[in-house]
Amino acid sequence: MAKESLIGGSIWEEYSQKVQDLMNHPRNMGELTEDDAKNMGGKLIIADFGAESCGDAVRLYWVVDEKTEVIKAAKFKSFGCGTAIASSDTMAELCIGKTVSEAVKITNIDVERAMRDTPDVPAVPPQKMHCSVMAYDVIKAAAASFKGVDAASFEDDIIVCECARVSLGTIKEVIKINNLTTVEQITNYTKAGAFCKSCIKPGGHEAREYYLVDILRDTRAEMEHDRLLAMSNVKVEGTHTVNFDDLTVVKKFQEIEKVIDENIRPMLVMDGGNLEILDIKESDGMSDVYIRYLGACSGCASSSTGTLFAIEAVLQEKLSKNIRILPV
Amino acid sequence: MRVYLDNNATTMLDPEAFELMKPYYCEKYGNPNSLHQFGSESHPALRKAMDQLYAGINAGDEDDIVVTSCATESNNWVLKSVYNDYILHGDKNHIVTSEVEHPAVGATCKFLESLGVKVTYLPVNTDGVINVEDLKNAITDQTALVSIMWANNETGMIFPVEEIGAICKERGVLFHTDAVQAVGKIPVDVKKANIDFLSFSAHKFHGPKGIGGLYIRNGQALTPLFHGGEHMGGRRSGTLDVPGIIGMGKAMELAVAALDFEKNNVRRLRDKLEDALLQIPETFVVGTKEQRVPNTILISVKGIEGEAMLWDLNQNGIGASTGSACASEALESNPVMEAIGAEADLAHTALRLSLSRFTTEAEIDYAIGVIYKAVERLRAISSTYAYAPEWHVSKL
Repeated sequence: MAKESLIGGSIWEEYSQKVQDLMNHPRNMGELTEDDAKNMGGKLIIADFGAESCGDAVRLYWVVDEKTEVIKAAKFKSFGCGTAIASSDTMAELCIGKTVSEAVKITNIDVERAMRDTPDVPAVPPQKMHCSVMAYDVIKAAAASFKGVDAASFEDDIIVCECARVSLGTIKEVIKINNLTTVEQITNYTKAGAFCKSCIKPGGHEAREYYLVDILRDTRAEMEHDRLLAMSNVKVEGTHTVNFDDLTVVKKFQEIEKVIDENIRPMLVMDGGNLEILDIKESDGMSDVYIRYLGACSGCASSSTGTLFAIEAVLQEKLSKNIRILPV
Repeated sequence: MRVYLDNNATTMLDPEAFELMKPYYCEKYGNPNSLHQFGSESHPALRKAMDQLYAGINAGDEDDIVVTSCATESNNWVLKSVYNDYILHGDKNHIVTSEVEHPAVGATCKFLESLGVKVTYLPVNTDGVINVEDLKNAITDQTALVSIMWANNETGMIFPVEEIGAICKERGVLFHTDAVQAVGKIPVDVKKANIDFLSFSAHKFHGPKGIGGLYIRNGQALTPLFHGGEHMGGRRSGTLDVPGIIGMGKAMELAVAALDFEKNNVRRLRDKLEDALLQIPETFVVGTKEQRVPNTILISVKGIEGEAMLWDLNQNGIGASTGSACASEALESNPVMEAIGAEADLAHTALRLSLSRFTTEAEIDYAIGVIYKAVERLRAISSTYAYAPEWHVSKL
């Protein structure tokens, strides 16, 4: 990456075509009114997140069917850069047709992935990820409003970064969902630490109760614990309907490629890495999958430990316990 | 139409200067320090260029104008060598600067702080200018250097350098000014302002990129930043960039000759653009027209994030600039904007438009139309701009 970083690029060059199109022509920009809600036979929900002084603010409008809890219409308004507009638009699009409970599960990753042109290439540069995190937060605010609960009940109240108003819960969640490993990544995803920097580590502008370095260390420890626990609990019986072990090598290749595409590759790409399947060999009822790491993955310390185990665990859970991964 | 309104970032090389540079690439390419015709045939043009530089800022023959790679190098040189000569190997321990310096000064001061130097960053008012009373109070017996810019790159605001120079002279403190945004825009006279060190960059006044200078008053000692040869009287080593120096000299001459044009014609177009943009509700410009260099506008447009504005302008062929965090690689807002406009959210809504003597009236008319349309589109999307009257009523 050294050569790449010497002549700084324009962040705009890293926006996907979809992001650029949405910046120019957002599909769901606008407002919904009480009259709209009445005409559609639903309830109007309006939620805000962010503030102009933070550099980003988004307002989400929903019309929700009160019986089925299905979101019949969604619109947004946004103060923010182009990617904030594109993310908000995509977020509104993803809400339409879902129930409120389903919508709450939409994450920033879903928003970002929906804006990709190709599965392998992130839609926005890393420092722009926070725009999609905001889209995620405003959905929670809208859901809290609909369910008549305080938004605080969805969110952790402890604010770690006052400048960007990022909570402890959001930070831990973002670390877990995106498998973050550095404080810089946390800042890119949430904006926590981007302003006065007091919350990064002790000794900054003002003393804080929580620091990003400590939260990262503790959350990584939690994740490692959870991962080991999950691995020990992986079901022996595969949940897949087709019996993977009976497939031809070509079919196996396709199935594995599909699972990697959906569950593994996006995470690797996020860290600047990737992998390719070189070959599949069958022996004694086992399927040995030979892979090669690409980009940042090759040479990464965790590629022969944590990452490898995780890839194997996912494939074993999704397809067959008889899969072994062998990095070349 | 393509309209370049980012002349505080860099400028077009003046074609006249370019013509003069051309023979020194493939024909008269000798090293001027060599003892042969190839080397010495560049000397007349180099001497002429140095004359042009000296005349441009009213330097005397007893002074040095050392050619550097750019003002960033000049600024680093002054700060690090003053540290070396007066703090590390002297009895001083203090530097005074402002909160709104270019990072070439600001970040270097932070670096010196990490080496134990005390640095005072003078605050600025809402116009982005320091108060000279604050400067008087900040200078102590320990102060080695005052480094204050001549004009600010973001706001275009002109600092009271003559007053600052007088204060420094009275208190016996060295005075450095980063004049990158002043040279070629307003008269710069090192004698009048009692300046010890002055930095400038050629590409800001229609000279080539990668070349600049440091004015050093009357033999003032300053340990070199670059060691390794006898170039520039031993003050700055490295083979001379012959075409660069020739281009910079000519560009200086042309820019100084055009100062009246700058003051009248560029200023008229700038004011036309500014007056038109101020017709848009809920906008403000930092500083009065008189207090600024004639080419710069820093305008805040309520409800529109800076990068989104740049996107729309770029879609229509207009290049401008913003200090918005969203437009920066590091996701950090510009400290200048934060220092002067925290309350007004200037850090997120600022748009900087900077003209040059090559900007035409047709370009300004076109830009006004494009900006009006961009404001209309982006305010319609904005969640913080109350375009729809019912928003005022609902108080959401």
